Amino acid sequence: MSNQEKEPILSAKNLKLLTEPLGRNNPITVQVLGICSALAVTVKLKPAIVMALSVTIVTAVSNLVIAALRKSIPDRIRIIVQLVVIATMVILVDQFLKAFVFDVSKQLSVFVGLIITNCILMGRLEAFAMANKPWPSFIDGLGNGFGYGMILIVVSFFRELLGSGTIYGYPVLEKLGIFRTGYENNGMVILPPMALIFVGLIIWFQRSRDKSLIEKH
Amino acid sequence: MKHFSNRYIFTFSAIMVIAVATLLSLAATLLQPAQERNLEIEKKKNMLESINITATRENTETLYEKYIKEGFVINAKGELVEGVDAFTVVLKNEQKKPIDEQYLPVFKAVPDDGKDVIIIPVEGKGLWGPIFGYVSLESDMNTIYGVNFDHKGETPGLGAEINTSEFESQFHGKKFFDSDKFISVQVMKGGAPEGDIHGVDAISGGTITSKGLQKMLFDCIEKYNTYLLKNRI
Repeated sequence: MSNQEKEPILSAKNLKLLTEPLGRNNPITVQVLGICSALAVTVKLKPAIVMALSVTIVTAVSNLVIAALRKSIPDRIRIIVQLVVIATMVILVDQFLKAFVFDVSKQLSVFVGLIITNCILMGRLEAFAMANKPWPSFIDGLGNGFGYGMILIVVSFFRELLGSGTIYGYPVLEKLGIFRTGYENNGMVILPPMALIFVGLIIWFQRSRDKSLIEKH
Repeated sequence: MKHFSNRYIFTFSAIMVIAVATLLSLAATLLQPAQERNLEIEKKKNMLESINITATRENTETLYEKYIKEGFVINAKGELVEGVDAFTVVLKNEQKKPIDEQYLPVFKAVPDDGKDVIIIPVEGKGLWGPIFGYVSLESDMNTIYGVNFDHKGETPGLGAEINTSEFESQFHGKKFFDSDKFISVQVMKGGAPEGDIHGVDAISGGTITSKGLQKMLFDCIEKYNTYLLKNRI
């Protein structure tokens, strides 16, 4: 250890871990992970933001825990250990929310449980935290959480605006007087399949800008 | 790759399980009082909202003392049951009992406009889990004064819209009875006709939750029929 050079906390390599998942290596649009929860929570902006934050926290902390334990985790039971860490984290977060910020906990309701099933978490633990040091793993967790949250927020912004005519619960379209021109909210946008179409549009847009993401077959 | 013996794997899992179990049970035990207190405040807040009083977490207790006058328990025959605290009755458990043994809580309240209203708790099933709430009736025991609905885990933007004031305010002034006949309030897909005193608009995309809510109102209020007809003014 002593002959290694000490890495700065936010070295170029670590910074890349933080920014790559926002673009070229986005968990939703490039790795296509965590789609299920992206469909479920993007009807309104508020739950999407809360979900994005919770996933970011849980991914970062469980990445940190697994990376710290990585050398002592037996290979044969590593998936179970990863699951236990994620589930414990989620239950703890849920208990704390219920005790101290009850309103947020109500807002989250089922999503807390959904975090456990999010493929991004297991994906990052298996692909990154098992092979890297705690600090880069923590950064990687944050980055992937942000990348996930970014897509969630973009999709829910459009779904809420077009489906309910509001932004973060504020009735913008009504205040602008758009309904008087005969415009109506599109009920289809609030149904889950439309989330898939929005995600598809984002994937299309991203790949048309960055040709290197297109598969070669 | 480092090789781990079976003994190591067993020891590792055992330690992990014990550590996690200790951590979680500690958290659950230590946080329980705070969580229960939150639930109690939430219950009082929901009751106040059913008589159209908006409370914050801080002033719920004071407002509850001020507006909710008394709570008592009746049975399906409309008779008073002594010695049961209406506030602690758990509706979910009562609904499992035969109808004659069920405790039916009633709360009396006087909002700012001086009307005598009663509050009846309701509980039923939505799409993913329980939905519940409070219905307040004016002294004719027929007209809805206000409602408050909530849910455990309905889909946000769809079924979860039952706890928005846009949906709840529709119930104001609706009636449960047509002279002596119990009709309840229908939640109508495609919208209730204007002036319908027994119908409100359903939630688009929340059909099963809407239907569950309609069934909840019917089932829960029907049990109070005898009491309501006896005490109407």
